[in-house]
Amino acid sequence: MTLALLALAAGAGASTPADPLESPMWEAHAKLLFGNDPVRFDPRVKVDFPQIAENQRSFPVAIDARAIPGVRRIVLMADLNPIPIAVDYRPTDSEAYLATRIKLDQRTPVRGAVQLASGEWLVSGGWIDAAGGGCSTPPVSRVKGDWADHLGEIRGEAWPVAGPVDASRLRLNFRHPMDTGLVDAIPTYHLERLTVSDAAGRELGRMEIWASVAEDPAITLIPHAAAGDMLAVDARDTNGRDYHAALAVARQSPLPR
Amino acid sequence: MMLTRRRLIAGSMALAAMPAQARRSYAIAPVPVADGIWMIHGADAPIEPANGGAIANIAIIATPAGTVLCDCGPSLAYGQALRKVAEGLTGQPVVRVYVTHLHPDHGMGIAAFDPRIVAALPGTIEALAREGRGYSDAMYRLLNDWMRGTELVLPGRPIAAGREEFGGRGLRLLALSGHSGADLALLDERSGVLIGGDLVFHDRAPSTPTADLPGWRASLDRLAREPHGGLIPGHGPFDPSGRAAIAQTRDWIDWLDEALTQAVQSGLDMVEAGELPIPARFSTMAAARYELQRSVSHLYPGLEARLLPRIDRPG
Ligand SMILES: [Zn+2]
Repeated sequence: MTLALLALAAGAGASTPADPLESPMWEAHAKLLFGNDPVRFDPRVKVDFPQIAENQRSFPVAIDARAIPGVRRIVLMADLNPIPIAVDYRPTDSEAYLATRIKLDQRTPVRGAVQLASGEWLVSGGWIDAAGGGCSTPPVSRVKGDWADHLGEIRGEAWPVAGPVDASRLRLNFRHPMDTGLVDAIPTYHLERLTVSDAAGRELGRMEIWASVAEDPAITLIPHAAAGDMLAVDARDTNGRDYHAALAVARQSPLPR
Repeated sequence: MMLTRRRLIAGSMALAAMPAQARRSYAIAPVPVADGIWMIHGADAPIEPANGGAIANIAIIATPAGTVLCDCGPSLAYGQALRKVAEGLTGQPVVRVYVTHLHPDHGMGIAAFDPRIVAALPGTIEALAREGRGYSDAMYRLLNDWMRGTELVLPGRPIAAGREEFGGRGLRLLALSGHSGADLALLDERSGVLIGGDLVFHDRAPSTPTADLPGWRASLDRLAREPHGGLIPGHGPFDPSGRAAIAQTRDWIDWLDEALTQAVQSGLDMVEAGELPIPARFSTMAAARYELQRSVSHLYPGLEARLLPRIDRPG
């Protein structure tokens, strides 16, 4: 992971603004992730998640930066996770929106960082308490365990959404164990790349994925594709296994934005 | 004395917590609901340090053969306090404790009783043997000092549907399921009071971590058909009509099922599904948003696996 973070870093040593969440890891992560690029906290980056972490192994987060023009990159991270970055997404020809589910190791800030064409980063987020619970908290050690029988299965659907340009809401659910390499002697094994393209093979979006994304990754994106358009999805995991899916955007009246 | 891992954890947590957080005690206030039967109304809130996990309702029944309890709270300390209050109220020792289902807010208090007088459905005992450790760890993590000394104890007395009599006071035992894999409901023949366990919630949103919604509906139908008087729900206030709480629980799970199915079918993510508007008719329900978001976590992956089509292609 340190290597991955280093690879993301454009440099080191730029001073970053004080963290409104007062995270103990902010300085270190910001240096590695943003390098010398300017950084600003901006509430227009909407980072949305439930009030409680009912399931620490699968905590849903959505980053909506559609109010900000010119977003080139969206990074989802949880400061105090052993693998802080979950997804590094480039919405090449897509709306600046990403939703997925991540693992939480402990109470942590969860953030969205979006980069503009100028290189500037806009950051927002909040704390989530991973102690979670309520009437009958889920047992701490429950795993599905049947992934080997279902590896390669992808479910999904795409629906047109209203807006100034043709766009569709694409939901993708993979079966994959997403092993972190931090549990027992199970080596790291996770989806690491995903691309969405149109029928002509033109890239609409692509992302790098880390093992802090929850088992059976569920991903929601909003590529620029109209009702009836074909979409192709290609992914690869850390063992070099390839995954492919194809689907057409539903022919129906657009959903509200 | 054997020092278990749990005692060590509890001990170290207690040390870390002192002196800022002195040990609090449970306020247990039984309210009479019929002849010789009392309800203790749990907090209509999530399990949290402010309530020590005492969120489930508990019933106390006085019989000529001794005191009968239905559910016994979240911890050793609660179970001990409950026994004292109940025996003070009836002047008779506790001779039977029923545990309605596996959830820790209802049953971890059995640590305070002789397992031989603690009765539960076989499915509940099996589930506790399998999942109890995980629930117990989660309760310690949430409540730490409140849980001090609470060991995981299994009910020693498996029971089936039927009838038990205590010196002439008969209790009908209904073996149902749906809120969990095995849900016990009790009918007190003398007063007609029905004790619904967590099959019935009242003005407090139902929780679904182990729910099977079709099974839950069938059990609610069964309870509605059973002639009875007032009803003690698993959570929320006593229902003197005996009908309102059953209907409300049914309404909520029907709405939940429909709303989440539609959410998956119209492309919403889990975050968005947890923010769906809750109909105004549920405005009297405590913890509604909280339980909706929990239910999204419990039910959404299964709905997605059922409703989203396969789109994978070879090479
Ligand atoms: Zn329950």
